[in-house]
Amino acid sequence: MPKKDHKTNGLPRVGFYICHCGSNIAGTIDVAAVREYAAGLPGVAVARDYKYMCSDPGQELIASDIEKYGLERIVVSACSPNLHEETFRKAAAKGGLNPFRVQMVNIREHASWVHTDRASATEKAKDLARAAVARVVHHRALERKRVPVDPNVLVVGGGIAGIHAALTLANAGKKVTLVEKEATIGGHMALFDKTFPTLDCAACILTPKMSAVKAHPNIRLWTWSEVEKVEGYVGNYKVTVKRKPRYVNEDLCVGCMECIDACVYKEPKFHDKFNQGLGKRKPVYIDFPQATPKVVLVDPETCLQLKTGKCQKKCASVCDRNAFDFGQKERSEEIQVGSIVLATGFRTYDAKKDKQYGYGRYPGVYTALEVERLVNASGPTSGEIKLRDGREPKAVGIIHCVGSRDEKSNKWCSRVCCMYSLKLAHLIKEHSGAEVYNFYIDMRAPGKAYEEFYDKLLGEGVHFVRGRVAEVTDWAVSPEEEGKLVMRVEDTLAGIVRRIPVDMVVLSTGLEPQADAQEVRRRFNIGCGSEGFFQERHPKLAPVNTFTDGVYIAGACQGPRDIPDTVAQAGAAAAEALALIDAGHVELEPNTSAVAEAECSGCKTCVPLCPYGAVSFDEAKRKAAINEVLCKGCGVCAAACPSGSITQNLFGDDEIFSEIEGVLAK
Amino acid sequence: MSTVKFEPKIVAFFCNWCTYTAADLAGVSRLKYAPNVRVIRVMCSGRVDPQFVVEAFAKGADGVLLGGCHPGDCHYAEGNYKTLRRMKMLERMLKAMGVEDGRFRLEWISGAEGDKVRSVVNEMTEKVRSLGPLDLPGKFREWDKEIEELEARVKASEAEEEKIHA
Repeated sequence: MPKKDHKTNGLPRVGFYICHCGSNIAGTIDVAAVREYAAGLPGVAVARDYKYMCSDPGQELIASDIEKYGLERIVVSACSPNLHEETFRKAAAKGGLNPFRVQMVNIREHASWVHTDRASATEKAKDLARAAVARVVHHRALERKRVPVDPNVLVVGGGIAGIHAALTLANAGKKVTLVEKEATIGGHMALFDKTFPTLDCAACILTPKMSAVKAHPNIRLWTWSEVEKVEGYVGNYKVTVKRKPRYVNEDLCVGCMECIDACVYKEPKFHDKFNQGLGKRKPVYIDFPQATPKVVLVDPETCLQLKTGKCQKKCASVCDRNAFDFGQKERSEEIQVGSIVLATGFRTYDAKKDKQYGYGRYPGVYTALEVERLVNASGPTSGEIKLRDGREPKAVGIIHCVGSRDEKSNKWCSRVCCMYSLKLAHLIKEHSGAEVYNFYIDMRAPGKAYEEFYDKLLGEGVHFVRGRVAEVTDWAVSPEEEGKLVMRVEDTLAGIVRRIPVDMVVLSTGLEPQADAQEVRRRFNIGCGSEGFFQERHPKLAPVNTFTDGVYIAGACQGPRDIPDTVAQAGAAAAEALALIDAGHVELEPNTSAVAEAECSGCKTCVPLCPYGAVSFDEAKRKAAINEVLCKGCGVCAAACPSGSITQNLFGDDEIFSEIEGVLAK
Repeated sequence: MSTVKFEPKIVAFFCNWCTYTAADLAGVSRLKYAPNVRVIRVMCSGRVDPQFVVEAFAKGADGVLLGGCHPGDCHYAEGNYKTLRRMKMLERMLKAMGVEDGRFRLEWISGAEGDKVRSVVNEMTEKVRSLGPLDLPGKFREWDKEIEELEARVKASEAEEEKIHA
């Protein structure tokens, strides 16, 4: 029952609520002054301020006021609508009001946090309040559209993150397609020998999970494949996947590898990408013995048959399964899924960019990933640490933070380098008995049992020098430096400049976004942070969600992280996808556009503008029509309509014009 | 003689997915910028009808800022291209209407560029401050007054003529 104690002159009765947000807002904005000002605005039946509007009592205040004062509209002046619009819509609904009759005013992110002058920030808050009250009057009651969610999931990237997410989803009974651009799943983890801080063998913990993916009845594994196109919306995505030719029938090959022995090239002579170029492979190859799927592939760049069409094809003739198919072509396949988990990982910093360390110039300088392969029992040297010239190093220097924490390259800490450098120091010492020096800026070991691992290394006699290495040089100035690589560094703890001769230098390169991260994020319609990693919806509260509903991110594609954190995040992304699937449906924001037929002149201006094909032209009626299911609510058609006959829900001309007038009126 | 320092009023239309988010980020990062901008949120910069911009000037804005996603980054595929097309035409029209360069600005600001919100708002506030008030409502009143005076003069002279002929 509307109380008749307040005149609103026939306008809908508005409740105005302003939040202190502790001191976040009230510290800069005179909340009481804004409340008093709003109380005098046309239509406002009640105006209140409260310490925390988003708290239960704050929401309750709105819900109970709706009945008490017969409120028909709500304005909440608080934080960003991207954070709490949903909260206050629910509060309104609880009080019996249509949730879309709520408008938020952002005076925290857009005012109190960015301004210092109390008077002008308060003035701004009043202007914004006036605009919101003017606009909310026009808010119509709207209904959310419900659409069913396709229970199938796409996981992109077959590193440990993608593997874990796929298995979690598949174990919950969901059908998963796992797409990996390389020929095998496993990602970076498959390159490692041991993992910090437990020193358990990477292959021993990873390969069972890889096999489980291959064997799982709910997982369809597509390696050597890339996502080309993504269409649709949350719950209903149509994804086109490019399947590159392996020239070997995946269903027939059993991975016996006899074809590799039979190849006309007697010796492996081509760059072996998997072994970081430290080993060689043949044109027909498999990345590593536990590759999953265990299927060989043929490299068209180096295979004689594919290059010239003239080869004895010994590989094909020894294959008793007849798996070879040199006529295979690239093809595209379309799949339907409801949600997508992106786990596309990272790349390591290009060590060549830091010229002072001589990578690519001195053969004794290695990247950490190369050393991972050198210490790996299944690597090119079977785990023996041998330099490119065959010598065993007597002294090894490990430089931390190459391409991390550096104004000239990447500003961020890559989080894993300290720990993997310690691990490599341990392994190098164990495998070769060499003296090992770690050159670090700060030692970062903030994980379970990480600091203890550092302590253990200190006890093992590994040397630690605090300082950023200035240069690696072969210019000897004393007899003991002859034939060595000399590391010039200011030891900032001892306060002296040192020259330390070593045989091998290891560059602990940092983690970077994938080279194609920008293309990939555009394809999936998500954002990247300024450093290029995929942007999460909220850094704390929605770390695996993105701004596109139904698309989740996991692992190092979102930022540098180690294996335990990656696995935890992959589980979280799978859980988010499961929550969406098990709800069975999604409710879409009703901010779609519609044509007022009576006013439409049939000019067709709007028809070609819609990127989703939602606007069509009804030839019989000579009017435009908008398909509400296809419409995504951008409003581009509403802006273009010369007769003003297209209205976008929540962003109608009347709403925006009154907002403009509102912010400017005095 | 005391003069009140002119504080420009700038109306901004920010797209939800990039520039509005960037402004949120600026807030979360506690960047400080001029308090002269009043942000109106739209889902896409492509929703901004040139009439919104004209209306803002007509209702007293000294400047109008429009922020959208970078080309190729639009949440709605290509809404920002339509914005660009429209606003290029609008810029010519504004010039013809006597609205100086610098009072209207179109910027692509991604969700990660909180600092760009800060620098663009600060630059624009300074620019508009140096241009002084636009005060279209005041000009409208002046123009209306001129027209009224003109009408009155015409009426008076017509009356005069009628008298002569009568």
